[in-house]
Amino acid sequence: MAYQKVRLRRTMMFIPGNNPGMMRDAHLYGADSLMFDLEDSVKLAEKDTARFLVYNALKTIDYGNIEKVVRVNPLDTDHGKADIEAMVCAGVNIIRLPKSETAQDIIDVDNYITYCEEKHGIPVGSTGMMAAIESALGILNAKEIAHASERLIGIAIGAEDYVTDLKTTRTASGVELFAARAQLLIAARSAGIAALDTVYSDVNNEEGFRKEVQLIKDMGFDGKSVINPRQIAPVVEIFTPSAKDIEKSERIIEALKEAETKGLGVVSLNGKMIDKPVVLRAQRMLELAEAAGVYKRA
Amino acid sequence: MKNILGVEFPDHIDGIGDLKAFDGKRHTGTPFEEGLKAPNGRTNKMVESLEKAIELSGLKDGMTISFHHHFRNGDYIVNLVVDTLAKMGYKDLVLAASSLTDCHAPLIEHIKNGVIKRIETSGLRGELANEVSNGLMDLPVIFRSHGGRARAVATGELHIDVAFLGAPSCDCAGNANGFNRDGDTSYDCGSLGYAMPDAQFADKTIILTNHIVPYPNTPAAIPEVHVDYIVTIDEIGNPKGIASGATRFTTNPRELKIAQTAAKVMENSGYFEDGFSFQTGTGGASLAVTRFLEEKMVAKGIKANFALGGITGAMVKLHEKGLIKKLLDVQDFDLDAVRSVRENPFHCVVSGHHYAGPGTEGSAVDQLDMVVLSALEIDTDFNVNVLTGSDGVIRGAIGGHPDTASGAKMTIIVAPLIRGRIPTILDRVNTIVTPGSTVDVLVTEYGVAVNPARTDLIERLTAAGIELKTIKELQAMAEAIVGKPDPIEYDDKIVGLVYYRDSKVIDVIRKVKD
Repeated sequence: MAYQKVRLRRTMMFIPGNNPGMMRDAHLYGADSLMFDLEDSVKLAEKDTARFLVYNALKTIDYGNIEKVVRVNPLDTDHGKADIEAMVCAGVNIIRLPKSETAQDIIDVDNYITYCEEKHGIPVGSTGMMAAIESALGILNAKEIAHASERLIGIAIGAEDYVTDLKTTRTASGVELFAARAQLLIAARSAGIAALDTVYSDVNNEEGFRKEVQLIKDMGFDGKSVINPRQIAPVVEIFTPSAKDIEKSERIIEALKEAETKGLGVVSLNGKMIDKPVVLRAQRMLELAEAAGVYKRA
Repeated sequence: MKNILGVEFPDHIDGIGDLKAFDGKRHTGTPFEEGLKAPNGRTNKMVESLEKAIELSGLKDGMTISFHHHFRNGDYIVNLVVDTLAKMGYKDLVLAASSLTDCHAPLIEHIKNGVIKRIETSGLRGELANEVSNGLMDLPVIFRSHGGRARAVATGELHIDVAFLGAPSCDCAGNANGFNRDGDTSYDCGSLGYAMPDAQFADKTIILTNHIVPYPNTPAAIPEVHVDYIVTIDEIGNPKGIASGATRFTTNPRELKIAQTAAKVMENSGYFEDGFSFQTGTGGASLAVTRFLEEKMVAKGIKANFALGGITGAMVKLHEKGLIKKLLDVQDFDLDAVRSVRENPFHCVVSGHHYAGPGTEGSAVDQLDMVVLSALEIDTDFNVNVLTGSDGVIRGAIGGHPDTASGAKMTIIVAPLIRGRIPTILDRVNTIVTPGSTVDVLVTEYGVAVNPARTDLIERLTAAGIELKTIKELQAMAEAIVGKPDPIEYDDKIVGLVYYRDSKVIDVIRKVKD
């Protein structure tokens, strides 16, 4: 499989598909995923050249272990199908759909990807998908969308279109997005896939950005879309477990191992019983810590 | 003749004299006797016009005149003086400026009409640089580092007959400063470090100022004992070009990444201890290093004894927070630095000589722990070019690059791996300004390479978990992306001689082929 269903996705960095300079060294800044955009950041007259550029970047530049995502144009536009075919051939990990509103939107793209894979002799199923939900209808259908394809690795919220649809604007508190974020997150978890938060466009407001990242981390999101390398370090920092959390998680995992060697059915630590969810949380905590480079598993 | 780096050049050039070959020595030149000029006994040196001051100075055809570049791209002094000399009928003068820049394009006419026969400078930019690269002058321009120039001025190798030095404040006896403590500060440039050796060693020194202030204008960068005549003019320069506002902290992610990595290298170099010292050059990445260093100083609880060189607002901030005890200032890069040198008692002006003069009784670069410098090109032997562009045309300045690299215990070069479509790392730089034997670390956004001669640094940085690459590996990464550029084609004509700190030829610049 050319994509991983589950992996670390703290930061997904947007790169305009018509900017070769940014494509060249996008992998230097520590993003978990790179999202090359063929949709909104590329004007109509440059759609072809951007597709050609991203195709060649994916074929030429060694992005290492970073996940490669391409946001394609909607399937019902002139460029959507051509984008998908080119990116499948380029070996992209994930095709990202804009403005998904129904499960059928996902199924249509899934089918078209299958058609492209078959046409070019690529094993069917080797291209992953993610969907961006950017409307009230999409949020209401979030559960169906999240369950619509085996290829889906996650769903993301696109806030700008969504708040316009809701007849409001974005605020510092994020209250206008609360219901949508919660619904999207629950839908993603019900399907066992990732939940990814929207961009924060004021690059110079680090304080506001940090607040929003803390909020979505506390809610349970896997990570955030970022539009500038400068936004990566704060996300990683906030998603990195503290030394105290790491130590606690280590003790939980040790207690689990001990119980397993002793053949005990119940895991306990300091006289308290440890439930399965606590163990799972501890495992995820250590994975995050290791990914952030602050912890090494024995 | 051939120098140790394999650069070939003539033994002798008529109009310049015998040339000496760079021999690879890090510290060269012999100490010399300093001789102060005696004060001339007059108390009021004010002269009614520039023409009158020139007449009084005894300037003759073929003599050497000097200027400083503290007014940077806002300078009016060079053009005003040379225009005046042209009107007065002078010919065949040698113009020795501490540096020249875009605003000095009018010199092209004075070279063509024979007023200027030869130029010595640290750098050239803009139209003048293009014309010189294309063979404008019969005699090559001599490029010297700031320290090398100060030394040559002091030893008499570069004998200055008359120095024309602009100053935003001066009293009636000649005490001159790069700032004005008595009112209008809009023409302030800060330190006058590069003008100080000229004032001291020139046969005659003329100060051109737009602010006569009450005696004594002390502490003064240029003391009255070195000044012969004072001329008042309306404007010494364009304030907008003299100093720009606070240097904006770069937001370029590539530069930030390079700066962060450089700070990490400094932190783990073994030199990052209480009482350390450092200098940073210009350029976004180089300037940004200071901010990242601050975080590390606070975290480790250490302070720097001094920061040196071109002083920036970022250094001033650390000084005012008590993190850098003293600033030794030969030149200022922004208005925050200018304000600080005017106001802060431990922000001290030093001369170009004190800053970086080699082979003298002492210079501050030799006390320096770490320096962070930029590069236009660097080669796999770590030789650095900051003078000519990837097209072979002169477009920069040596500055204190070879001086600080030679003096500092660790020299870090920060540069992007690729500029446009051209790799920064070459097999051989187009012009060697700083020899690779004095360069220790290269930091790019793609990785760090250490000069193999510095096994101690390789050991310490590796132990600190910094992944090192060889410079050839970095070069290969660049070439994998943009390929290898074709070499630039040059004619035989030598348009520039690059002198190392000790006035020996380290490289020559040839005319680019049409």
